[in-house]
Amino acid sequence: MALLRTRKGRRLAVLLLCLVGLGSAAGLALLAFRDNLVFFVTPGDLAEAPPPAGRMLRLGGLVEAGSVARDRRDGKPVARFRVTDGRAALDVEFAGILPDLFREGQGVVALGTLRPDGSFLASEVLAKHDETYMPPEVAAALKKAGHWQPESAPAPPAAGWNTLTPRKSGG
Amino acid sequence: MLRAVDTIPIPMPAGGRSLHRFANPGRFLRISGRVLPFLAIPALVLTVVGLAWGLLVAPPDYQQGDAVRIIYIHVPSAWLASGGYLSLAICAALSLVWRHPLADLAAVEIGPVGAAFTALCLATGSLWGKPMWGAWWVWDARLTSVLVLFFLYLGHIALVRAFDDPVRGYRAGAILALAGVVNLPVIKFSVDWWNTLHQPATLSLTGAPSMHVSMLWPLLVCIAGFSLGFAAIVTARLRAAVMERRIRGLLLAQAQTV
Repeated sequence: MALLRTRKGRRLAVLLLCLVGLGSAAGLALLAFRDNLVFFVTPGDLAEAPPPAGRMLRLGGLVEAGSVARDRRDGKPVARFRVTDGRAALDVEFAGILPDLFREGQGVVALGTLRPDGSFLASEVLAKHDETYMPPEVAAALKKAGHWQPESAPAPPAAGWNTLTPRKSGG
Repeated sequence: MLRAVDTIPIPMPAGGRSLHRFANPGRFLRISGRVLPFLAIPALVLTVVGLAWGLLVAPPDYQQGDAVRIIYIHVPSAWLASGGYLSLAICAALSLVWRHPLADLAAVEIGPVGAAFTALCLATGSLWGKPMWGAWWVWDARLTSVLVLFFLYLGHIALVRAFDDPVRGYRAGAILALAGVVNLPVIKFSVDWWNTLHQPATLSLTGAPSMHVSMLWPLLVCIAGFSLGFAAIVTARLRAAVMERRIRGLLLAQAQTV
């Protein structure tokens, strides 16, 4: 091999070999820890493999449209809502202040435990947002034109709106 | 007799091959001195214009409101955290395989700058996470892998300076830098491989950006400004390092002749 004839070439070959070895080792390790590297499990995952009772876990999914009920108990706000991943849904109860981004159709991650009745008692709720960014006028125009219902669906394909110029008044 | 360090003539080898042409410190100082203003001035202009555009002119987001504006600092610094590490790794390969003397110095100088941008990325991300997600920090795959990147930078900074013989430091640092490269694809694809609190990428080379143009343009200007700024800072540091070496050499030569 011509590569191995010079010292430079040999060093390059050793370097590439090391990188390939290290890369595959890292890849295999990550693959082995695949299930432990997730930040949250979805209601569908829980339905397939129920966790041991009382185990703290993070439940992630979308807040089901029309499922949010707000209440007060001993002067503290209590929220009940359903979290869904399209395959299964779970009732969640949370006593405390919800993040500003919390709304129907929004992604949330709740930390807590499964109760014996199959509902989820959360001690912390985080809001997850998607990767779309648009001015309020564009979002309003999309909703008005009937292209997008934020409560029940993710934003439409970006190419359809990312150069859209909404008219300032009326429309 | 005192002269500016970069005007002292150094005999130049005729021609020279490929990258090793720039290993000549005299030639490097001359070329980099001419290039530096063309990096630094556009960097300053683009950063100021991009930040003013993003922070004052661009519209708020439909769901995040004005908090989205931190993106104009967070995304450019996140890009430079990873991009800077890639340049560090390229210098490490040039140093280990081709024994390029400037690559050693460049790796030493890139380290602290990359670490600074990584720290900026982590800090702005934390400030953004609290109002939007409801948490300063979570141990999801994206945040954790960027924290690992920050520690790799710190490890490199410490390692290259830990030896009495600088060449041994360069070698050890280069090996660490190259081993850390496996973290770069993990950072990039963490949001696709695992479910994370951090959202997936908005900008991609293939698809349409899921961001309105009125926010995309200032973001791209900021990314360009920050990147040129990174290049300018590293070039200036590298020039200082070369001159420092040269001064030390001159003093040593002087001490020996006296």
